[in-house]
Amino acid sequence: MGKHHQVFRNYRQEHSLTKRRVVVAAAFVLFMVGVLMARLFYLQVMEYELYQTKANDNRVMLVTEPPPRGLIYDRNGVVLADNRPIHSLTVIPERAASLPELKAALSPIVDISEEDWSEYESKLKEYRRPYQSITLKSQLSDDEWSKVSVDLYKLDGVQVEAQLTRYYPYGEAFAHAIGYVGRITSRDLERVDRMAYQGALFIGKTGVEEYYESTLFGKPGISKVEVNARGRIMSEIERQNPTPGKDLHLYMDARLQQYAYDLLGNYKGAVVAIDPNNGGVLAMVSKPGFDPNLFVRGISVDQYAELRDDKRLPLFNRALRGGYPPASTIKPFMGLAGLEYGFSSWSETYYARGYYQINPNGRRYRDWKRGGHGWIDLERSIIESVDTYYYQLAHKMGITPIHTFLSKFGYGQSSILDLNGASKGLLPSNEWKKARYKEPWYPGDSVNVGIGQGFMVATPIQIATANAAMAARGHMYYPRMVNEVDNAPATFEGNEGVEHEIVLKDQRNWERMVRAMEKVITDARGTGRRLQGTEYTIAGKTGTGQVFSLADDQEYDADSLDKRLHDHALFIGFAPAEKPKIAVFAIFENGGSSSKPADLTKALFDAYLYDDYPQEYDYFEEQRR
Amino acid sequence: MNWQFYHRFIAFTNARLWRLTHVDVLLLVALLILMSGGLFVLYSASGQDVAMVERQVLRLGIGMVTCLGLAQLPPKYMRRASPFLFVVLVGLLACVLLFGVGAKGAQRWLALPGGLRFQPSEIMKIVMPMMVAWYFANRPLPPSFKEIVTVLVIIAVPSLMVAKQPDLGTALLVGVSGIFALFLAGLGWRYIIGAAAAVPVAAYGLWQVMRDYQKQRVLTFLDPESDPLGSGWNIIQSKTAIGSGGLHGKGYLEGTQAQLNFLPESHTDFIIAVLAEEFGMIGCALLMCAYLLVIARGLYIAAYAEDNYARLLAGSITLTFFVYMFVNIGMVSGILPVVGVPLPLVSYGGTSIITIMATFGILMSIQTHKRAR
Repeated sequence: MGKHHQVFRNYRQEHSLTKRRVVVAAAFVLFMVGVLMARLFYLQVMEYELYQTKANDNRVMLVTEPPPRGLIYDRNGVVLADNRPIHSLTVIPERAASLPELKAALSPIVDISEEDWSEYESKLKEYRRPYQSITLKSQLSDDEWSKVSVDLYKLDGVQVEAQLTRYYPYGEAFAHAIGYVGRITSRDLERVDRMAYQGALFIGKTGVEEYYESTLFGKPGISKVEVNARGRIMSEIERQNPTPGKDLHLYMDARLQQYAYDLLGNYKGAVVAIDPNNGGVLAMVSKPGFDPNLFVRGISVDQYAELRDDKRLPLFNRALRGGYPPASTIKPFMGLAGLEYGFSSWSETYYARGYYQINPNGRRYRDWKRGGHGWIDLERSIIESVDTYYYQLAHKMGITPIHTFLSKFGYGQSSILDLNGASKGLLPSNEWKKARYKEPWYPGDSVNVGIGQGFMVATPIQIATANAAMAARGHMYYPRMVNEVDNAPATFEGNEGVEHEIVLKDQRNWERMVRAMEKVITDARGTGRRLQGTEYTIAGKTGTGQVFSLADDQEYDADSLDKRLHDHALFIGFAPAEKPKIAVFAIFENGGSSSKPADLTKALFDAYLYDDYPQEYDYFEEQRR
Repeated sequence: MNWQFYHRFIAFTNARLWRLTHVDVLLLVALLILMSGGLFVLYSASGQDVAMVERQVLRLGIGMVTCLGLAQLPPKYMRRASPFLFVVLVGLLACVLLFGVGAKGAQRWLALPGGLRFQPSEIMKIVMPMMVAWYFANRPLPPSFKEIVTVLVIIAVPSLMVAKQPDLGTALLVGVSGIFALFLAGLGWRYIIGAAAAVPVAAYGLWQVMRDYQKQRVLTFLDPESDPLGSGWNIIQSKTAIGSGGLHGKGYLEGTQAQLNFLPESHTDFIIAVLAEEFGMIGCALLMCAYLLVIARGLYIAAYAEDNYARLLAGSITLTFFVYMFVNIGMVSGILPVVGVPLPLVSYGGTSIITIMATFGILMSIQTHKRAR
């Protein structure tokens, strides 16, 4: 800058100008500091409580700790459903990288299926408490577990959680009765308390596991923890321990259950054994079964499809839902009905030909014995299982008394107290037929029902229950699985009733009918005579259920028919007949003759009453706790 | 009050040794108080990372050396060098725009051989007030309209160049450092009032030229709750930290927001929130007192500097330092947009410590090179 346009300058005045400006600036600084302090005052004093709450919400997280699930024991303390520790990979989405990044980061470390990912994605969209973890892969193998643990520090929001999982030591023989737990789906959450199930992996899906879900589940623990911004738990502030689920003690005898399952051999079928003195289910088998552990682990689509499409229907619970004609096992009950309503008596005799006709020249309802049985009475009709006797009896009675009487034994109803999904079978009636077929009930319809065929359909649990009621001389206990819940007797408050007394006009008829059923075994012409030679008395009744109705004059030829169309073989029995301790119903699908279920029943009696098991079943005794 | 001690302290600060070494003891003491307070907070903010605190000590040491070094240089040399430095830096800023390197869509650095990087805009914060002070050094004050326009152009060119990088925070500081010099030169009040009236208009114009991420920052600032896990997270968490500190704070190392990592960048731009959370409003007031000590000394030096150049430069430097602090605390407490300005001498890292300490070197130089009266 040149000196030539130097003008006269009042340096003093300029200094005082700049000085004044500095003073103004100082005032400005103080004012602005005042603004900041006012702001801090607003945040730290006036809004203090708001921000203190926010800070606490940030750092304090409620964590639910799923309670250990109650165990399921058999009557002798053998564990049928156990808990085992597993490790699962869980993700806190708020802390984790975006989905594609997470996929990319995890894929080299652990193999996660597309199903797991899509399950994870759908859970992302559901309501959930913020910072609550979502299970990405349950049941890491030991190998995967160690691999993931090594790399965990790199993966924000990803963690390995140790949890207890269900394990069923005896697998398929018990699958239908005990049921299984599976991963909780959004549909499951609709029927339970969502909060309680936060963090839980499993929920009972079928069987005892499902029915007793709330008992077995327990109460989750809640802990207040301090977390950092990355979701890591820094410390525990407060803790409420989980209340473990209650243990169930079943009436079931695991050894008997397994034995019954094995005795069915390669046949499809069902066995139900009940203690007539209390309705406790000692065994409930549906064969084929499946490995319930598959469902706990998370069954793959392929594995599931294989089970679902298997023609032998392993997923189908025959014991509860299988609809079969009760066939000749209905005869003792039909006989009691005839006595009750005055259509038959012990002394009346009947000439049994090889067939029965409602009208001369009408349809011939054939007896299993071509030449007929000759002169017989009610008792002999049971012993020899005379079809024609029951044709005529049912014809005389008509459907209404039959319906009324058989209802008392639980036919046409679901009477099992503590399992869901039991089918009601079909105990036909006038009204039913009108509603279903818009046709009246024909006398011929009654004739078929007289031998437990025709429209009549029953489930194994129903037949077994009626059998137990017969064994108890009319004291009908509704069947039940659970005896004790945590050492206290199980209560069945939700049910309309747990037992009832079937009172006959002449109560002596119970004893007479049981005697007749004993003679089914002891009589030289009894259909169950192959069971002779036991130290104890057996009362029983055979049955052969037609799979489909043979045409009028068609002869039954076992060899020419496809096995699928072979008659079902049935047997009901209880022992000791005078004071029964066990009542068994067994059905072999397409078993042909009733010798198979009869033999099975006797084997179960020997086993249950005299501990007479093959040696390999000693294993169960070692498992008692 | 022990007046004897006070008189001894004054005598100490006037000691001949300090004059010879060109150290302004009061400024030095104020800076040391601020720095040690800052290190104390940094220890907590870093999650008790001793290594980080050590690196900060090293950086502050380098800053102190720079400060004391520059203090040896008489102001007249600075004055003479001012226009050359300005021209060179404007050239370098042009180079940054043409060849600069950087990240996140912004280029702020020039790559030097040997992997070093150099940020001309940072130096511009010092050179800008030097240039304006130089311009007014030989002119009578208050400035004429023509001079005001000329100075505004001098201020606008580098500021806009920095804003274009884009680096809004630095552009702001470069701009205000020039404006403060102009103000101290005696800018007429009618201009000041007129400019204040023009601010809303300017804001609209600025909105039009802002980049998306800058607009986003403004929008987030206006309504941080609208994107609580994204762009609003920082400000929500810092307000929560400050507010939850209350009057007394939660105690040293006890701030849950800071210690549990809810507070982002707790050791850099948002460090004041750590102080506010752990020591409450009282702690903040004490920190501001430390700043006010530095600023008061700086304004004193400006008021009693030898010539116009020194006065304008010293005043501008001091006020810019204040703006640093104000903008930082303002943004962390949610009354200003988040523009990325560190809390001077307290925030961890950054080249800003060196440049700020350099400006305090200039202040010391101005104060200690006065001819004896």
